Amino acid sequence: MKIVLLGATKGMGRSLGRLLVERKHDLFLLGREAQDLARSARDFEVRGSRPLNSVGSAPCDLAHPDSFPPALDAAEKALGKIDAVIVTGGLFATQDKLEADPDFTAQLLQVDFTGTVLFCEVARKRLLAAGGGTLCVFSSVAGERGRKPVIIYGAAKAGLSHYLEGLDHKFSGQGLTVINIKPGFVKTGMTAGLPAPPFAGDPDKVAKLVLTAIEKKKPVAYVPGPWALIMFVIRLLPRAIMRKISF
Amino acid sequence: MRRPRDEKLSGWGRVPTVSAHQVLSEDLASITTDVPLSRGLGRSYGDASLPAQGDRRVAGSVLADRILSFDPDSGILRAEAGLSLREIVRLFLTRGFFTPVSPGTQFVTLGGMVAADIHGKGHHRDGCFGQYVTSLRIRVADGRIIDCSPTKERDLFRATIGGMGLTGHILEVAVRLKRIPSPWIYFESVRVPDIDAYIAALKESSATWPQTVGFIDCTKRGRSLGRGILIKGRWADPKEAPPFPPPPKRERSVPFDLPSGLINRLSIRAFNALTYWKHYAPVKRGIIHPESYFYPLDAVLHWNRAYGRRGLTQYQCLLPNEAGPGVARRFLELMQSHHAASPVCVIKDHGPQGIGLLSFPRPGISIAVDFAVGDRTQALVDALNEFVIREGGRVYLAKDAFTRAAHFRAMEPRLAEWEAIRRRWDPERKFRSRQSVRVLGDDPAPGTTRVPEEVHDASSSGLSPAPRSRTA
Repeated sequence: MKIVLLGATKGMGRSLGRLLVERKHDLFLLGREAQDLARSARDFEVRGSRPLNSVGSAPCDLAHPDSFPPALDAAEKALGKIDAVIVTGGLFATQDKLEADPDFTAQLLQVDFTGTVLFCEVARKRLLAAGGGTLCVFSSVAGERGRKPVIIYGAAKAGLSHYLEGLDHKFSGQGLTVINIKPGFVKTGMTAGLPAPPFAGDPDKVAKLVLTAIEKKKPVAYVPGPWALIMFVIRLLPRAIMRKISF
Repeated sequence: MRRPRDEKLSGWGRVPTVSAHQVLSEDLASITTDVPLSRGLGRSYGDASLPAQGDRRVAGSVLADRILSFDPDSGILRAEAGLSLREIVRLFLTRGFFTPVSPGTQFVTLGGMVAADIHGKGHHRDGCFGQYVTSLRIRVADGRIIDCSPTKERDLFRATIGGMGLTGHILEVAVRLKRIPSPWIYFESVRVPDIDAYIAALKESSATWPQTVGFIDCTKRGRSLGRGILIKGRWADPKEAPPFPPPPKRERSVPFDLPSGLINRLSIRAFNALTYWKHYAPVKRGIIHPESYFYPLDAVLHWNRAYGRRGLTQYQCLLPNEAGPGVARRFLELMQSHHAASPVCVIKDHGPQGIGLLSFPRPGISIAVDFAVGDRTQALVDALNEFVIREGGRVYLAKDAFTRAAHFRAMEPRLAEWEAIRRRWDPERKFRSRQSVRVLGDDPAPGTTRVPEEVHDASSSGLSPAPRSRTA
């Protein structure tokens, strides 16, 4: 497959990118910092046994929708036809930090919801125009239900999940495969310093689950698997209990 | 804002254990601006990767694991310091490349391999890892990022190789990988009746074999003292190697702490006898999986848990050729006179000293033994160190947790030169570790008032007291 990966330099995106090149998929990277992108591109080239400069990259910032069309132009130019667009990028902060910092809250909402939806709009139009393809977006289990530790972050991810569900309903008949990845706690730089629950995921294992979801066209994938069960229970809990617990 | 939580940090021996915060980021340069120490996978046994007594933070390199370039013509790999040897082996073995020097575990980072200037079974021929390092990128004490190599800022380079992270944060490493004829190992192992025969066979084999190592039974007394298995190896020729690449190994793990007294003199004796007689044939030879050959202990993850909560220490010393052929026997006898027993006793042959100023090996043999930590461990290490000083040897800082500053100074005539370079690059000794406080007399975090809670073992952390170990 020819794949555009937004957010490939860190965390789950980095692990996924490595798996994709090792499985011989062609990549084009989008991200905020050109130098950081270039470093990741070289990493992917060596790991995938590709020639130098065969993994291209272009700057793209979810906070700046103007950057989306030129970034995808560059990707199309480098890859030819695009088979899949994967969005792993996003911001995260604890609820405490967001409550104390309204400016960062605005930025997080802009990136994780508005920016991501606008990017997906540009990407899905291009995929549909080319006859179809896969749009795989990392939302979060935080968007499953309003919960104390992830009120604001979860709200952005809930909106994103709804958007992706709607896209799937409307366009699945036209060749667009929409995949909503819902990671639980995964040990990455983003969650470093937070107390990890016992069922915390490893990014390399998550990458394999994500690739399976893409290959099997699963519309929603909880990664790692146990989070599907955990969120099933959370969704069933009555309000009185949700008010009491801190999960 | 919630403060990042402290966690329990320790080396592989799990003694000592401290509460500190390991700062982790993919961007290693961003987290090393005001932290006194870096830490990789924490596989050094003692306190080399732990923050000094007054420090609360250590920079973790493991997320900084990108490969920056690889040139198949020269074999030079350039990568961020957190890249693990396991990844290097996984990615390059089937492409015909291997690390030029391999330690006994794959769970080490490039930065850690440089900081400890690791050696392997082939030291008598290949030397240490540092000899193959072509350049390093280091954040030094004044905050600058410096590139150094054998020709550029040579002093800093030589002080960093084997410098235990005390010259700065290693951010990037370039190293020349070794080209291998096939991804398989050809080995030959022989059963040897006693320590003197073992040392003679080791020295003789090293003349013809690129890799030699052996395990001896340090619990036998008298005539059979130090009976053991000597393993010789080389990369297999493509003609004799299987036509397929070595398959990935299954992972097993010690899932939880075993009781602290489980590894005692009785079980160690039984284990040693079993290891010896498992090799019933006088000679075995054949093709072996490189991971089984280089990393036999990696087959069981968390094997340190077998020692229980009180932990273990590894004592590894170098005994120079000048000490004569009987030195190994004298060492084992001294150990036995202290009622110390080790499940594994590894003896290797060593060639010339490397370019690292504090690099461990020099011509001679090294002996590595594991002890369950107990009340008498300090006295045992002191006695062994006094023996090693008399014989003109030294200890390996990557393993050490108990050596005293006076003993280390007596072992290290090179220390003054290393310290002079350190003074030039880090006059205030900003970089320090718990080990550097112990063996180099560094100030434990000047100006700080808060000392992190220290946990030596279960009994001092308020948990139920562990049974006193009988060994060591």
